[in-house]
Amino acid sequence: MATAQGARLERKKLLADPIMVTTIVLLITFLTLFILYPLAILLVDSFVGDGGFSFSVFKRVFQIPTFTKAITNTLKVGFVVGIIATAVGLLFAYVEIYVRINKFAGGLFKVVSMLPVVSPPFVLSLSVIMLFGKSGIITRFLLGIYDHSVYGFWGIVIVQSLTFFPVCYMMFRGLLKNIDPSLEEAARDMGASRMKVFTSVTLPLLLPGIGNAFLVTFIESIADFANPMIIGGSYDTLATTIYLQITGAYDKAGAAAMAVVLLCITLAMFAVQKYVLEKKSTATLTGKASRGRMLIEDKSVRIPLTAICSLGALFVILMYICVPIGAMFPTWGYKFFPLTFKWFGQVFTKYKGFKAFKDSFVLSLIAAPITALLSMIISYLVVKRKFKAKGFIEAVSMLAMAVPGTVLGVGYIRGFSGGIFHTGFMQGIYGTGLILIIVFVIRSLPTGTRSGIAALRQIDKSIEESAYDMGADSLKVFTTVTLPLIKDSFLSGLVTAFVRSITAISAIILLVTPSYLLITVQINEFAEKGAYGIACAFATILIIITYGAVTIMNLVIKRFGTSKAIKEVD
Amino acid sequence: MAKEKKGVRLEHISKIYKDPKTGKEFYAVKDTSLNIEPGTFVTLLGPSGCGKTTTLRMIAGFESPDEGEIYLGDQAINELTPNKRDTAMVFQSYALLPHYNIYDNVAYGLKLRKFPKDVIKEKVTRILKLVELEGMESRMTNQLSGGQQQRVALARALVIEPSVLLFDEPLSNLDAKLRVQMRTEIRRIQQEVGITAIYVTHDQSEAMAISDKIIIMDRGVVAQMGTPQEIYYHPVNEFVADFIGEANFLRGPMVSHEDDVAILDIEGNKTKVEYNKKMKEGETYTVVLRPEAATLADKGGLKCKVVLSCFMGSYQNYHVMVGNTLVKLEEKNPKNKKIYNVGDECHLVFDAKSVHVL
Repeated sequence: MATAQGARLERKKLLADPIMVTTIVLLITFLTLFILYPLAILLVDSFVGDGGFSFSVFKRVFQIPTFTKAITNTLKVGFVVGIIATAVGLLFAYVEIYVRINKFAGGLFKVVSMLPVVSPPFVLSLSVIMLFGKSGIITRFLLGIYDHSVYGFWGIVIVQSLTFFPVCYMMFRGLLKNIDPSLEEAARDMGASRMKVFTSVTLPLLLPGIGNAFLVTFIESIADFANPMIIGGSYDTLATTIYLQITGAYDKAGAAAMAVVLLCITLAMFAVQKYVLEKKSTATLTGKASRGRMLIEDKSVRIPLTAICSLGALFVILMYICVPIGAMFPTWGYKFFPLTFKWFGQVFTKYKGFKAFKDSFVLSLIAAPITALLSMIISYLVVKRKFKAKGFIEAVSMLAMAVPGTVLGVGYIRGFSGGIFHTGFMQGIYGTGLILIIVFVIRSLPTGTRSGIAALRQIDKSIEESAYDMGADSLKVFTTVTLPLIKDSFLSGLVTAFVRSITAISAIILLVTPSYLLITVQINEFAEKGAYGIACAFATILIIITYGAVTIMNLVIKRFGTSKAIKEVD
Repeated sequence: MAKEKKGVRLEHISKIYKDPKTGKEFYAVKDTSLNIEPGTFVTLLGPSGCGKTTTLRMIAGFESPDEGEIYLGDQAINELTPNKRDTAMVFQSYALLPHYNIYDNVAYGLKLRKFPKDVIKEKVTRILKLVELEGMESRMTNQLSGGQQQRVALARALVIEPSVLLFDEPLSNLDAKLRVQMRTEIRRIQQEVGITAIYVTHDQSEAMAISDKIIIMDRGVVAQMGTPQEIYYHPVNEFVADFIGEANFLRGPMVSHEDDVAILDIEGNKTKVEYNKKMKEGETYTVVLRPEAATLADKGGLKCKVVLSCFMGSYQNYHVMVGNTLVKLEEKNPKNKKIYNVGDECHLVFDAKSVHVL
């Protein structure tokens, strides 16, 4: 019964708005070219050999024992890390929301929640090696163990769990806050013990959220490149195997097939997470808490839980402090005193540290505003406008979230080193700073878009409609209404994009050419060589830069943020 | 505001939506034709889901009709985007721009139209005076009460001097007292400016108080359009009668008629009602009886039994059974009248001219 007129009019109205149309077309081109095309070319390359369509490349790679081993390794690590990170994250969130904690513990929690934002990927690997490695401070010098190896499965698991649990903690915090306390009070009132309330009310409500957190961690873990690279030793995961297949075996077709396998795993997880669990978890937890929650005062609960979490938090913080201190040891693993700045000096004098920081800094600084603006535009289109290609734009930008950096890197090599479809067209961008910037943008786009969408959903649709109704065109609405209203989200997106870019490694390491020195690549290189002092010095400066960026952002938001300005007058 | 007034014409407008759960398509608005005269205040009234807001949003341009054409004056506007239409909307949630102060909110549309600064200032000042908000220019929107925010929204819509003013349930976020005050206000300003206004509400007393004409919508179609009196006294069907005010329905076949009086047999009572030429002997008719249009007496009229009797202050509320039909009554000013109690047998009395035959 649908007549074409409504759709035709919508189209006509859209076409009457050239800025919108141009934006949409450019966006679709960009997303297709830099997300879909590299992935498509991986599929094409791994199925289409010299003699047309075949499985021969897959057959070949599956006969490489290190590859099949890497698949089981990756899944094993992902599974264990998923469980540990989810459990620890849940514990932290529960203690924060349900138990009366003192100021000191509260402060620790806050630091822990901020760490994943500012932390470069391999910092924890470095400190774990420093503390628990063969010549680790704790293992050798405190405990006197000489043959302890931290490299391998448990090394990766420990480091990844510590890296990813704060993300789970933040997710659960949001979920627990939205549980109406009266549900649990009702159960208490009917005679359930606190344990019973947790297992029969809180936990079932959280179940989809737990699954969600587990899968998110799982995806992050199997996509992680930096930590397995440094602390994995001979224990290879898919990401590192693919990297070695390219840089070691020079087998690009094989790497493409391996990348397809890794992509399939993450996509499957992502599909389950997005379409099954995410819907359920929001369906069960509707509505804001009606009233404040009665915090648990009971000492027998409070003290042990607070103590466990505080110790855990202290341990994580200690791990981060290790890196700058490690950068000052005269000789790693032998001589710890007196602390010296010689490695920092060498970074700049011997190892072109200045160029590395400049390159990383400049490229990230260019990528950040592009990412932030692009993700706000995408969020605006997705949340506030209706047009046919909207589903495509949303799906592709979210898809990027499920694509491991290594896979994207291989896709870019295959897709752009010989030009588009190996025709030589656009070959010029390969090996340039431009392609690095594009990778930075693509890698940070999903996070930015997600936070932009969340921010925009908070804003009543009729505010923009009213501006539109007053006579503003799309560009005017976006610049005078949408952007000012999500200024906070835009600013934090800007910094997140910057931090993510300057700390990125997985895709970049495959694409970077000698003309660009990037800090993360340098850290990886020196850590691999065993030059931990230099690696730590690089990492320390990187932490200072990212921490500085986040601090500046917070100051700026405090000073100029919209929500502040609006809140102030209340 | 010496601008030519324009009316709005809808010709066979339909809007089809898809049910997100079942995927089935349905008509939100179906084959609706309306002619809204220039300068009149017209209300779209109906229960939620009747298509009134969809109709309004199609006029504003936020939705596109799947069938039919919308005219503003003589101009077909189907293809115009909202920012190109000479309409201005007042939203239910006020939709003020929270990062602007009152002055900038009201001036927003004028700035877009590139008026010179001094003209903008003059127009904004005048309109803020009209809505009685002078002196509030530099306040932020969240420093105002709900009623004041709605005045700003109204000022913002008025200041661009649109041909048609659209209201989407503008008062439903306000408390009851303010609602009454604001609707009088809106009506006053509309009369003063002389603008065409289309107003969506589900509140029937609001519609009665404010409108030149009311359009009752039911499940996507226009059930009736008329002045408040026409709709209250001469509803075209039970839906309209029931939706506007309280209505009792008494049914019975016509037994005979004279020049202007018909006799119906209602639950065994011979009852006089107004006769019209379409009525035929032997056919059953439904009579609409408003609660205030009848009284209880010891004799005459329809036999009934009291099942509820309740003092409400300004009136006595009765529920009586006429045979098997429940009738609700409001006996105004009960102070010196006889009060019937539950269980009393009595008679329901009304004038033939004070009821309406469907």
